[in-house]
Amino acid sequence: MPLAERDYQVRLEVFEGPLDLLLYLIRREELNIYDIPIERITAQYLDYLDMMQMLDLSIAGEFLVMAATLMMIKSRMLLPPEKRAATVEDEEEADPRWDLVRRLVEYKKFKDAARFLEQLERRQSDVFTRHEVVEPGAEVPVGPPTLADVSIFDLLGAFQAALKRIGAHEDLREIFAERFTVGEKIDELLERLREQGEVSVTRLFERMRSRHEIVVTFLAMLELIRLQQIEAVQRGTFGEIVIRPTADAGVSVGAASDE
Amino acid sequence: MSEAGAIPELKAIVGAVLFASRAPVTVDRLVQVFHQAAERIGGIAAGFAQVGREEVAAAIEQVRADLAAAGIGLRIAEVAHGYRLESDPACGPWVRVHLDRMRPQRLSPPALETLAIIAYRQPVTRAEIEAVRGVAVDQILRNLLDLQLIRVTGRSDLPGRPWLFGTTQRFLEHFGLNRIEDLPGVDELRRREAQVAAPDGCGAGLAEKPPAEVAALAAGSAAETREAMGHDAG
Repeated sequence: MPLAERDYQVRLEVFEGPLDLLLYLIRREELNIYDIPIERITAQYLDYLDMMQMLDLSIAGEFLVMAATLMMIKSRMLLPPEKRAATVEDEEEADPRWDLVRRLVEYKKFKDAARFLEQLERRQSDVFTRHEVVEPGAEVPVGPPTLADVSIFDLLGAFQAALKRIGAHEDLREIFAERFTVGEKIDELLERLREQGEVSVTRLFERMRSRHEIVVTFLAMLELIRLQQIEAVQRGTFGEIVIRPTADAGVSVGAASDE
Repeated sequence: MSEAGAIPELKAIVGAVLFASRAPVTVDRLVQVFHQAAERIGGIAAGFAQVGREEVAAAIEQVRADLAAAGIGLRIAEVAHGYRLESDPACGPWVRVHLDRMRPQRLSPPALETLAIIAYRQPVTRAEIEAVRGVAVDQILRNLLDLQLIRVTGRSDLPGRPWLFGTTQRFLEHFGLNRIEDLPGVDELRRREAQVAAPDGCGAGLAEKPPAEVAALAAGSAAETREAMGHDAG
């Protein structure tokens, strides 16, 4: 579904890469990383890619390269082992998945190492010295400042669930009903958060009856996260995702988006 | 030293130097301070002309023990190959209120991942980092250079002579590490396992991008880093 009448360009750069998405899917589906069901994972990967393109998120070209790699592996898996081994010298690489598995396992180790650094950093944030400290201040944003607690893929998962629920039951009257703009949805979302404090993402999409409204609402949410007006937190791994205003929110972005 | 005739103890001097310092201080530096003071000032400072490494190390331990015993929210930590006087993390919440730093800005997960790869694999090229992460890292590298958490350590012999990146003293200070070797699993992660010469990995494609702009920025920041370090050493 192309979002033709785009009133508001949401520029959330996805800093996570294709390997992050694969690891996310493997973890979510509780798959064995050494024996990935390539057909299933490829289908899910492409689903996510579709969503990101539909939302017009600025995804890196590497996502497309990985899609091609997955499809190539999938096609090679269909060949009998004798035939496919002909192209590869190494006995070990007779399994077309091997190279990908090696990369995933290696990357996973560094993600774990990064988590260790995060713990150290957290501990250090309560330590003060007279030394000049490294302060990732406002002028020097380091990556996305906002999605630290929930990955973009978790959010996309919630979005996907909402779209699925609509499925074929999209109310035809809704399709031709009034169009929403991201600007309006931003105001609406802020208003709702002011009243309720926090809203679960599932509840947020609950009463919506058109894909259009879900897409626009989702984009509004991403934009508010990017502007650090709201933050998304997850209760446990793959738990419910809740959005709430950030501590230093309060600046009205609604006014700016009305233009 | 205007307190007429009062000769401070060794540990008092060590404590004062640590307090006044803007960066972690090594034992060697402290020894040097005692020698230089004896030469330049003479007088009572000359009395400490023969102070050696063992005595300085012992004095640091005394300061550490005295601070712990006094329970005044200060402690000595071993960071970035030296010693630094720092506040007790248990008191952090109050200090944060005082400094109005309620939500400390932290590095993003992608930035931390990039840093982890650099920390373990240094010296490492951008293409090698991208091969591991599977996504471009120019912007992140630029930010990390600005924050002086990484620096350019040289150029690789590979075609195009790409820049090599490594971590800085500041990196160690930021994470409260004494040495890179204190990171867990250094031996395992440091070397590329099973050297497969990435034939069609996405790292190869990314590497073709001219690193000119990053390099230019890198050179600038590296100079700053060197300058900052010069101050520390001087």
